[in-house]
Amino acid sequence: MKRTHIVILIAIAIGIASLIVMSVDFSTYDTIGTARAKQGKFVHLIARIDKTVPLDYNPAKDPNYLSFIATDSLGERTRVIYHNTKPAELEQSDRIVLKGRMEGDVFQCSEILLKCPSKYKDDKKQMEKSVVNM
Amino acid sequence: MQFEGEHLGIGQLGHFFVLLAFTASLLSTISYAIASRKTDTAERFSWIRFSRASFVVQALAVLSVFGCIFYICAHHYLEYFYAYKHTSKELEFKYLLACIWEDQSGSFLLWSIWHCVLGMILILRAKEWEAPVMTVVSAAQWFLAMMIMGVYLFGGAVKIGNSPFVLTRNEINAPIFGLPGYLHLIKDGVGLNVLLRNYWMVIHPPILFLGFASTIVPFAYAYAGIQTKRFADWVKPALPFTLFSACVLGVGIMMGAKWAYESLSFGGYWAWDPVENASFVPWLILVAGLHTMLIFKATGYSLRASYLFVILTFIFILYSTFLTRTGILGDTSVHAFTEAGKAMNILILTFLLAFGVPSLLLFFIYYKRIPAIAKEEATSSREFWMFIGSIVLFLAALFIIAQTSLPVINYFIGLFTDKKLAPPEDVEFSYNKITILIAVIIGILTAITQYFKYKSTNTASVARRLWIPGVAALLITVLLYFIYPVTYTKQGPAFLGAIYFALFAMTYAVIANATYIWVGLNGNLKAAGGSIAHFGFALMLAGMLISSGNKKVISQEKFKTFVVPTTVDPLTRQQDNPAENINLIRDLPATMDQYAVTYYGDSSGREKDRKFYHILFKKKDSIQPETFTLNPDVYLMKNNTMSSNPDTKHYLTHDVFTYVSFAVNQEQNKDTAHFVLHEAGAGDTVFYSKGYLLLNKIISNPPQNKFNLDLHGIPALMADITIVGRDSTRRQATPLLYISDSVHYVDDTVYAENLYLRFADVADHKRIKLGVKESDSIIDFVTLKAYIFPYINLVWIGLIFMATGFVISIAYRLNLPKPKAATLIGLFALAIFYMFLLAN
Repeated sequence: MKRTHIVILIAIAIGIASLIVMSVDFSTYDTIGTARAKQGKFVHLIARIDKTVPLDYNPAKDPNYLSFIATDSLGERTRVIYHNTKPAELEQSDRIVLKGRMEGDVFQCSEILLKCPSKYKDDKKQMEKSVVNM
Repeated sequence: MQFEGEHLGIGQLGHFFVLLAFTASLLSTISYAIASRKTDTAERFSWIRFSRASFVVQALAVLSVFGCIFYICAHHYLEYFYAYKHTSKELEFKYLLACIWEDQSGSFLLWSIWHCVLGMILILRAKEWEAPVMTVVSAAQWFLAMMIMGVYLFGGAVKIGNSPFVLTRNEINAPIFGLPGYLHLIKDGVGLNVLLRNYWMVIHPPILFLGFASTIVPFAYAYAGIQTKRFADWVKPALPFTLFSACVLGVGIMMGAKWAYESLSFGGYWAWDPVENASFVPWLILVAGLHTMLIFKATGYSLRASYLFVILTFIFILYSTFLTRTGILGDTSVHAFTEAGKAMNILILTFLLAFGVPSLLLFFIYYKRIPAIAKEEATSSREFWMFIGSIVLFLAALFIIAQTSLPVINYFIGLFTDKKLAPPEDVEFSYNKITILIAVIIGILTAITQYFKYKSTNTASVARRLWIPGVAALLITVLLYFIYPVTYTKQGPAFLGAIYFALFAMTYAVIANATYIWVGLNGNLKAAGGSIAHFGFALMLAGMLISSGNKKVISQEKFKTFVVPTTVDPLTRQQDNPAENINLIRDLPATMDQYAVTYYGDSSGREKDRKFYHILFKKKDSIQPETFTLNPDVYLMKNNTMSSNPDTKHYLTHDVFTYVSFAVNQEQNKDTAHFVLHEAGAGDTVFYSKGYLLLNKIISNPPQNKFNLDLHGIPALMADITIVGRDSTRRQATPLLYISDSVHYVDDTVYAENLYLRFADVADHKRIKLGVKESDSIIDFVTLKAYIFPYINLVWIGLIFMATGFVISIAYRLNLPKPKAATLIGLFALAIFYMFLLAN
């Protein structure tokens, strides 16, 4: 066996090892129910904002405090607290991914990912709306 | 129905050119493929002549398509969906190009145009390689033409590509399009996404796509090597193109980084976003391939690796197109790329497979016939260490793309189970913790490798020349630890240690490469392209380590009382302090780091909904007092959405960077309070809810006023008022009234007290009626996030050196005469310096 072969094998071994190390970090997508069962564990919640309950965000008082109710497809609900400014398109979003941890009854959120129709300008439904409103 | 005012001719012309490009590139592909199989010179040349003609025709057709789109957009022909979707009349002219890039078919067109340019250069320069190389380029052109074709086959069952010339009324369902005069009703297009209205959007896509497009050239040469069975001869002519590609792609990627830094509110220049990774990975593999090609040219080793790397570079370019254009990235990317429909996704996947599968098959079929040297490299040889470096770069690329491909992996997992993997909690750190180790290895290899000679070296002499730079780098790192320590403690001491290791490696590489130009090359700058590029690369990485490691959020609200819940171990895995946004109430200074910061005004921009906030920074330093104003802006849309553009104050050693993270839409914040009238004379006091007002005096016909009104010869009265607030702060206000035709009130506002004052009327006995309004609307404030990025200029300066190093190498490999080479290098260095450090 050639020395270069050994080097390649070692390098590949390191590569695979680092992939395994990394894979330990992968998080999971959860529902509110399963997240509750994993208290304190970092999860991704796929949810929706409950628009019947008003958002609690008073930037003049504290720009780093946002709280709202999220519901998931199974109909479960939880209060979400996010220590940051309110994402601009939060109210328009139809689906959100919340990253964070369940602490008791409250979901402590560290990042909010939005899926909103207006972000995708090519979305034809959105276009139709804007044409009609003209 | 006959519609009024439509310009259908230009669209039909454009569509004709698309079809022409499609046909001509197909003809060109076939005839080039035939030509490359002909051995008879005359016959071969007659085929080549035909192929050239077809290629030129398709190139002209592609340019004409672009011309048609440009014409449609420039004239705002809103009957075309392209113009309707991307243009609006308020946009400045320079953004017209940005509008065209914004569309998916526009970016494919851009890619195609660069293929045309590169193809013409290859026709002029490739000589005996022309036929096989151009077969590949023409085939890619054929695929790109398909992307913008928009043709239905089999009675509408199969759609190929999306045409840029479709009509708005056919694309959107709305009753308005039932009217013959609908065009009179549509006043304007949707316009360019506000996030993209930026200098970088004009220049970043063309450069990046030139980088993308140019990777096909080494790939095509590798194919030519196999096709002609001259397995080893393609490396030399392909080398300048490979250097060019690595240079342009590298610059294009960093332009994206600069763009993200300058104008998107991500708070940095690199976030390991899938879209960033997708273009970074091909660059890494290309650079690995570049090094193995150099090894092969000098020693005859590493030919097989060179094949593999240039093939994989192009495959990963196509793969990155697949990732970013099919919407598969979904939630994992912040970039709002659009999904273009299932048919388009299949077409892009076909493009990937049509080039990926045959090229890899050819490689494996001919693997045994590609010459390789049986004897292994000596460990004291340059080629050995260069090869190790290439492998490390390649593994880094594989690691990054593996993690980026999580959505693809999830797709396959999803076939068997519905349990999907989510990205790790701290995405950036999950990349950083691996890549920092790669940076250490690459840094050290970059430092030492050039000191080895090809074939074999006297190791003692290498050590003799290397220990001084090594000790110097060590000293600098230790010195940094004491005088300018890295404060990135949130990932724990182990990672901090790794940062210092990487800093040492990069400093070592900077010093060793700089000294090598004199020690190894005797100052021969012509041949020093490699050393200069390595120097720049290491400088850039050192700059990244320092600027990211010591990035400081200065907008923290430290005195808030709430407790941030942390369940994470503070030594290893601390979360970001989330309270990183600060409220600035108008006219009320707040403290940020060494600055007293005041939001003192706002103004609207040229475009609708755009609002600039004027923020005054005052350095609280008695020796070097300094003030400057930053004007971050936001687009506040009617539907309450917002898009924010940062503003940055650049210093040689650091940047002060700020953006608006929340702003109140004043239109939806109507004031319903009324003025309460008080009668007062000079010296009288009027109370309001938070304090009292002192009417100092009443000035008739004031010689000057703070509103900059010219009241010369106009009867006017001004009240000089002192407002004493709850905390005993004193503020001045001077509302006035003047009479010209009728009575005009000029109210004064005390934002800090939310107080509006009006000189309402005169009363008897030298008294006046003073209107006092305490607004019940939300007070005028803005929420900011601000950072200090130290030594960020090292990143851009490093990049400039790296890119210039590439160009020096190109000139060297092309054997350009000295004046020509000097002009080329000089102009390039100036241009890139201007773009990265002066423009904007």
